[in-house]
Amino acid sequence: MTEIELPPALVGKELVRSVRTPARLEYTYTAGAATTRFLTGIAQGRILGERAPGGKVYVPSRGADPQLGLPTSEQVEVSHTGTLTSFCVVNVAFYGQGMEIPYTSGLILLDGSDLPIMHLIQECPVEDVRIGMRVEAVWVDESEYGPTLESIRYFRPNGEPDRTVVQPGAGVTW
Amino acid sequence: MVRDVAIVAVAQMPNVRAETSLNEVEMLMPVLQEVRAKAGLTQDQIGFTCSGSTDYLSGQAFSFVSTLDGVGPWPPIQESHVEMDGAWALYEAWVKLQLGELDTALVYCYGKSAPGPIHEVLSRQLDPYHVAPLWPDAISLAALQARALLDAGKATEADFAEVAARSRRNALDNPNAQLAWDRPAAELLADDPIVDPLRLHDCPPITDGACAVILAAGARARELHERPAWIRGIDHRIEPMALGLRDLTTSVSTELAAAKAGVSDGAVDVVELHAPFSPQELILRRALGVDDHPDVNPSGGALAANPVMVAGLTRIGEVAQRVLDGTAHRGVAHATSGPCLQQNLVCVLEGDR
Repeated sequence: MTEIELPPALVGKELVRSVRTPARLEYTYTAGAATTRFLTGIAQGRILGERAPGGKVYVPSRGADPQLGLPTSEQVEVSHTGTLTSFCVVNVAFYGQGMEIPYTSGLILLDGSDLPIMHLIQECPVEDVRIGMRVEAVWVDESEYGPTLESIRYFRPNGEPDRTVVQPGAGVTW
Repeated sequence: MVRDVAIVAVAQMPNVRAETSLNEVEMLMPVLQEVRAKAGLTQDQIGFTCSGSTDYLSGQAFSFVSTLDGVGPWPPIQESHVEMDGAWALYEAWVKLQLGELDTALVYCYGKSAPGPIHEVLSRQLDPYHVAPLWPDAISLAALQARALLDAGKATEADFAEVAARSRRNALDNPNAQLAWDRPAAELLADDPIVDPLRLHDCPPITDGACAVILAAGARARELHERPAWIRGIDHRIEPMALGLRDLTTSVSTELAAAKAGVSDGAVDVVELHAPFSPQELILRRALGVDDHPDVNPSGGALAANPVMVAGLTRIGEVAQRVLDGTAHRGVAHATSGPCLQQNLVCVLEGDR
């Protein structure tokens, strides 16, 4: 490689090894019609799914049934109790975490729903968390309900016997 | 050996300043349903699906994945996505059909330009070390290009105003246009510039929109439409990222793409140019060799509606629709990407005689 010849004013100066170029952009988020219906339900202490034309109930619905590409519109109230279908124990600290490690994030298939939601699993040692565990929602105080999933603080074991979880892909017929 | 591929259906949503009640997938779904219905196809009859959009518009990582739900991708489909205008998604689909394994493709794109500060959002595509940290907004960069044109004596502010006035007047006949009016160019020149030398009328509106087309190859195209809009040539070329390395008063990438696509191989009935800022239309006309063409941007172009990631495919769709309708025989469509016309795609569409 050819040596770069610097102008005299730059000879002997410390080399630039990195630059910081902070970027921040603010967006106005449009939840959409279906998510607005879901979040309105949450603000009332209800968990609302939407039934797709094919029969599946999605919680929450983004507005489209991925099987048919058609809108979901029939609202269905689902249970506050469900089954843990997968989980992850978080052992790594990261910026903006807001949680003491280790803690558990889980996918919870609420009774009456065909799509699991992600939430925290608490009131259970991380080593005792297991797929198939029955869990229930623990809500914030009713006076603090708002159009956000933070209205549910976390899910905790409810003591019911475990259920068998059908893993994704099992029984697929295409 | 190039395989004959045609556009057989086009759909677009009416462009709006801000779609604030529907999310992206809810906004897109009717367009997908319309374009498939026009082609008489269901999703399971479509060989390949390709989309164009960018996470920078929604401010969400992998936002296109949830939008894919609107396609109905189950059982699993052959699918791809480009972080570009839908015109480049069409290019990928065209290449895919060239392989000869599949006969049909769905191409779609959507863009909500309104949720973020779009002119600053677009600065994130610039050189991350030397240019992006300065946050040059899209209007200022277009103004630099306009100033270069004026300084080179290649155009006047009156020329810019003529483009703006004609585009918005043409848009009066486009039901999907967002911005349409009829004001004489001379009157526009009385306005003050917003970023000298650009006046407000020289700039595109901020637009939320979506567009989709169906491609079909060979005999399949003739089964799906009696007058397919055949892609006779398609090519895209890019120029350096550094603005200082380019002559902003010309578009060599458009010239090259136009030559490769065969723009001058026949008479041109209609031209749709993706020129978000009025001075850019003048540059593109010259680059494409259609400087005196009487029917440029009958839709109003990007000055009538500029959904980012969509306005390019919309140009192709506008020309294709005229061929499908039988109101044009051969037309040229152009799409652009990047600052100051950095990357350009040219597509020549033609009907059967």
